[in-house]
Amino acid sequence: MISAGSRPRLAAKARLRWDRKGERHMLLYPERGLVLNATAADVVQLCTGELTVEAIVEKLAEKYPTQPREDLEREILTFLGRLAERGLVSDGGD
Amino acid sequence: MTEKPAPHDLEPRPYTLVAELTYRCPLRCPYCSNPTDWARHDDALSTEDWLRIFREAEDLGVVQLNLTGGEPLVRDDLERLVEGARALDLYTNLITSAIPLTRERLAGLAARGLNNVQISIQDVSAPASDRIAGLVSFERKLQAARWVKELGLPLTVNTVLHRDNLDHVAEVIGLAETLSADRLELANTQYLGWALRNRAQLLPTREQLDRAREIARAARKRLQGRMEVLFVTPDYYAQYPKACMDGWGRRFLVVSPDGLVLPCHAAHTLPGLTFDNAKNASLADIWRASPAFNAFRGEAWMPEPCRSCERRTIDFGGCRCQAFHLTGDAAATDPVCTLSSDHHIIEEAIRDAPAPAPAAFEYRAR
Repeated sequence: MISAGSRPRLAAKARLRWDRKGERHMLLYPERGLVLNATAADVVQLCTGELTVEAIVEKLAEKYPTQPREDLEREILTFLGRLAERGLVSDGGD
Repeated sequence: MTEKPAPHDLEPRPYTLVAELTYRCPLRCPYCSNPTDWARHDDALSTEDWLRIFREAEDLGVVQLNLTGGEPLVRDDLERLVEGARALDLYTNLITSAIPLTRERLAGLAARGLNNVQISIQDVSAPASDRIAGLVSFERKLQAARWVKELGLPLTVNTVLHRDNLDHVAEVIGLAETLSADRLELANTQYLGWALRNRAQLLPTREQLDRAREIARAARKRLQGRMEVLFVTPDYYAQYPKACMDGWGRRFLVVSPDGLVLPCHAAHTLPGLTFDNAKNASLADIWRASPAFNAFRGEAWMPEPCRSCERRTIDFGGCRCQAFHLTGDAAATDPVCTLSSDHHIIEEAIRDAPAPAPAAFEYRAR
């Protein structure tokens, strides 16, 4: 379960790569891949197990100053929740 | 923030290269997906050939590389191939029987950038697993699976399901949990090649299948976020065919040990199609322009009932190889489809399969 205090870490099986063909990021894992939009890729890059979700929200709020912070936090939490359901991130603080 | 399952675009683009490095294998599974005449195909591609194929594939859009066979570990240049794949930023998955594996070699592959290891386990006990594999191998497979996790690599366990092990699905799941697998593939046998020869011995009953599917469904829910549980239904018991290979020449490139570039691993068993060799032509030319890759793309080739069926963009008419091997016509509707005029072939196969009992297999030839 990912909450504001979690320190999300990308799973060993998942790897982010730039897709030249589609000019987008892809998150690859065995036999599958997810196409990420730019903000989703920003979040994944910060899932090192060191930053809390709150700190990730902070960083993205700096990068996207026009986005209301509450929206950003809610979006990041639901996005990370979906990745956790697929086993692609876990709480590094566990 | 969005994440969409790839591939989601409509244009043909290969995402996955299946590199069949060799058809040689220490196991003799009676459902082996290699061609029944596998020994006629030499390992004709050099290390340099394979590295060029990887580069050309990546250039076409491939992001996933499956190093498979046969048994890919029998090639002593596997380390260089993994290194080459890593340099291209490919997600590299080693699909192995784990039999010629040592901890040292696995550590070397991990250090060179291998991303995932998939190990086949044939059943949940040594006697049963070894009987299917045709080799004493079960304990060595478990040992190799433990090394995978000890070295920090993700582990996929793959178990091919059939009549003799379908009732052990709960134990297979338990075994995969014990091994801390990241992904479990419960893949029902596809009845082509060796498996078609052994169909009467392998085909399960509907009751077996329904029980196993329920167990897998419950496990998927329970293990969500820890272990991905995939259950591949046997299409003999499905209402509609599978989107075989996500459609002919849409998402997959397969290269056989002798260099044939194929839309699926069994395509070279189809008559009337000429497949080009990666030694003589570029992957890009073959992918885009070869008559064989274009033979079953799109909808123009489709017969009725596919042509006017609303599912034609979902299952693409099913499996061409199954259509040919069961009806004699590669362009027929896949007979597993209940709308196919040939569906009686499937119903008869199910009806004629003897009751579950240990059977004598025709093992894959050495």
